[in-house]
Amino acid sequence: MSKTNFSVIGKPLRKVDAMGKCTGETRYANDFELPRMCYAKLLRSPHPHARIRSISTERALSLEGVYGVITGADLPVKFGIMPSTEDEEALAVEKVRHVGDPVAAVAASTEAIAERALQLIEVDYEVLKPILSIEEALAATEESERIHSWNRRANIQKAVSFEFGEVEQGFNQAELVFEDTFFYQGNTHLAMEQHCAIGQYGPGDKLTLWSSTQTPHYLHKAMSKVLGMPMSRIRVVATPSGGGFGGKSDPFSHEMCAAKLAMITGRPVKFNLTREEAFYLHRGRHPVKMWIKTGVKKDGTLQAMHFRSFLDGGGYSSYGLASVHYTGTLQTVTYKLPAYKFEGVRVFTNKPACGPKRGHGTPQPRFALEIHLDKIAEKLGMDPIDLRLKQLTDPNSITVNGLRISSNGLRECIEKVVARAEWKKKFRQLPLGRGIGFAASAYISGAGLPIYWNKMPHSGVQIRLDRGGGITIFCGSSDIGQGSDSILVYAVAEEFGVNPAEVRVVTADTDLTPVDLGSYSSRVTVMTGNATIQACGKLKKILLETAGEALEIPADDLEMIDGQVRSRSYPKKAMSFVECVESAEAKHGTLGATGSYTPPKNLANYKGSGVGPTPAYTFSTSIVELQCDSDTGEIKIDKIWIAHDCGRAFNPLLVEGQTEGSVYMALGEALMEEQVFRKNGLHKFPSILEYKSPTTLETPEIETMLVETNDPEGPYGAKEAGQGPLLPVVPAVANALYDAIGVRIDEIPITPDKVLRALEGRYKKISVPSFEFPPPIKWQPGEGVKVEQKS
Amino acid sequence: MKKSKKNGAGDRLTKRLLRLRVNGETKEVATEVNKTLLEVLREDMGLTGTKHGCELGECGTCTVLIDGEPVLSCLVLGVEAEGSEILTVEGLKERDKPHPLQKAFADLGAAQCGYCTPGILLTAKSLLDRHPHPKREEIREALAGNLCRCTGYTKILEAVELVAKGEEI
Repeated sequence: MSKTNFSVIGKPLRKVDAMGKCTGETRYANDFELPRMCYAKLLRSPHPHARIRSISTERALSLEGVYGVITGADLPVKFGIMPSTEDEEALAVEKVRHVGDPVAAVAASTEAIAERALQLIEVDYEVLKPILSIEEALAATEESERIHSWNRRANIQKAVSFEFGEVEQGFNQAELVFEDTFFYQGNTHLAMEQHCAIGQYGPGDKLTLWSSTQTPHYLHKAMSKVLGMPMSRIRVVATPSGGGFGGKSDPFSHEMCAAKLAMITGRPVKFNLTREEAFYLHRGRHPVKMWIKTGVKKDGTLQAMHFRSFLDGGGYSSYGLASVHYTGTLQTVTYKLPAYKFEGVRVFTNKPACGPKRGHGTPQPRFALEIHLDKIAEKLGMDPIDLRLKQLTDPNSITVNGLRISSNGLRECIEKVVARAEWKKKFRQLPLGRGIGFAASAYISGAGLPIYWNKMPHSGVQIRLDRGGGITIFCGSSDIGQGSDSILVYAVAEEFGVNPAEVRVVTADTDLTPVDLGSYSSRVTVMTGNATIQACGKLKKILLETAGEALEIPADDLEMIDGQVRSRSYPKKAMSFVECVESAEAKHGTLGATGSYTPPKNLANYKGSGVGPTPAYTFSTSIVELQCDSDTGEIKIDKIWIAHDCGRAFNPLLVEGQTEGSVYMALGEALMEEQVFRKNGLHKFPSILEYKSPTTLETPEIETMLVETNDPEGPYGAKEAGQGPLLPVVPAVANALYDAIGVRIDEIPITPDKVLRALEGRYKKISVPSFEFPPPIKWQPGEGVKVEQKS
Repeated sequence: MKKSKKNGAGDRLTKRLLRLRVNGETKEVATEVNKTLLEVLREDMGLTGTKHGCELGECGTCTVLIDGEPVLSCLVLGVEAEGSEILTVEGLKERDKPHPLQKAFADLGAAQCGYCTPGILLTAKSLLDRHPHPKREEIREALAGNLCRCTGYTKILEAVELVAKGEEI
């Protein structure tokens, strides 16, 4: 985009839906009530691993007030977000694979009756030995020990191996080689709104599902498959979301069951999950064990890196195929790395499935890499930031694994936090018990490929102009609080030169809106923004021609600004936007246009190269200053500085909000949050009280600095902001702790007991399992298709 | 033949007529005596602005004001709230004018997903009513029982401070 004088973009405007959220008028899924609605509950497995011998539902069905009971036999078609690993059932057919796995569903006149009916369902289980750790999963290679039967190797969901550049040569050239191991514990999204879905069948043979989903289009597809109905007869509406963070991105059992029960009972059916159920639904951060080996020159220059990750996937595949790749692929984006080997494996265990949580698969390896570099710098006697500054990736460069970097504000991000935090004065110079730590990271602005293979656009926008001057935008994107509805409005208001308040937006309704793939992978601003600008361009051409004729001014001398179409040369020659729309409609008929966006093609062409490419990478840096009490092991964060290269701040208020929220979520992961299970497969802390998350008291002052690099691929130069800023904070906490008290904790959460163990010399190095990875896919930089850069 | 069904509601509690004073209006509602105030507000009175996050008193999402004090409506029975002044988010607006806190939260981006917002607004109102010019640490202390997973609290604290500095309160 050549435009630089903006009237809307870059302004700290109120979100279009902000006031509704402050008055209680915003209606979330559970705020909807429909005539004759009934309420449904799921019967969930009490066992982590068991075969279902039989289910008897007669007693439940005969209870007064019960309208319908279904079991796995009613919905036997498997589904899952990734087409090649569809291994979920709406209700377990033969086996349950974790505590909380749904087995039957009841719809009744009240939730209380539905719950009572659940107790009347008799399930005969043959209890199987559960697999509850990565090590147990890797050791359970017998056919009889399998959690799933479809995968090639027992309990291995996916194993990958890649070699980029000359790895062996790189290690040979290295003067020093360092090895470390790390563990990133699992944690969950804990969105304040529990998942909720309402199904309605009819009028006619049409099915409607309202759900607090982040991905209405993928849900639409999955429902069609499971229910055996064409997509044309199903409507999915994503209701305003009370928080997602990735936890509402899979198609879920309760959504399928709401639809099926609505069909069976002839009534609208609502599922509103309890907080405990949300913990068992999970799809959150994978626990990952990691091993990293790096060869460097004495001056700290990286020569080669070998990285291994072991992901505890839980009972189902979910996004696991992408997750395992993401634990390796973005390690190359921040620092020049001439040779890189990555091996990753995701195993099945009898726990709730892990999936995408803010940062999807990348916070874990980033944690490992950034602490590892901190350790290397210390051994080389270097400032850890100087070690990084020597070898930052360049703008308009290609990584060793074939990822194309366009804009790159990493250096500026480093400079900003270093200056504001007064790093040089503090690093290794604060008194004992106080410390400062640094880390950097990179993230994608949207996945380069869709979840299912197709050549269609990733995002579609339709704009309708009303003869009264009203503008309505239709787009499939789903606002989960990040402000994606507002982004659409800002772009349209900017393009047409109108007040954002004049613009209406309709989103996330598969009957009304063109497909957008959903709110995941930080894709929405870049993709819907570009699609919107394209649609506006088509309409602007008509409007400017119309105005040009009426005003007798060449169309290229006209601009749309302040609710007018006017001449740049003779600003008094103008007509209002409304008049212009009326004239254009009189001439051309009803006015509307569509726009769409497809990311640039992959640069590399090796198998597995589809995970990692993006229209544009963002870069983030963080400095954390903290205190640690060496008597109690307690950590208090004093301040966090965060710099984020967002391309252009579409709305700085929202970008700051995403950045601050990411920092907060990272702190929870670093210090307290953990999704962990007992030996019987029960969640240790399935409640908000026990699952510790930061309150206002634990959240420190956060100083946010935005870096604008004006990316050629982004709308007005914008890149993502919702996930990337989480990444550097977690390792920066660990590095700051070392600066404070001189001990390393190579895992999260960094709890007082671990700190004390470390201070007493009892903290054990993280063990990583041994595993025979497949032979690597080898790729040399430069192989593959050449893609033109936008300028 | 349709069998006669066992009554699913079992020993269902009989309903009682509650007289509740909510947002300056007295309303009568027939409801079960074991219902929480949260359930009565949302299910019997149509006041869905009050949200639920755990229904165990752990998250602060369902906060309403009872006689000016922030109370977790999931831990109070509807019957216990008779005779008190209840304020929910729907009652924050004064006629068509948003409360200064509502305006500040909207303007500063303090509401992202917005789910915790009603509870936080009411807790903040209670603080400012008692203590019009709190320091940031006092605001932190007052809001410590209201979880927000989106904002990192920063913009929430800024919005409350903005109102505290303003002249309208």
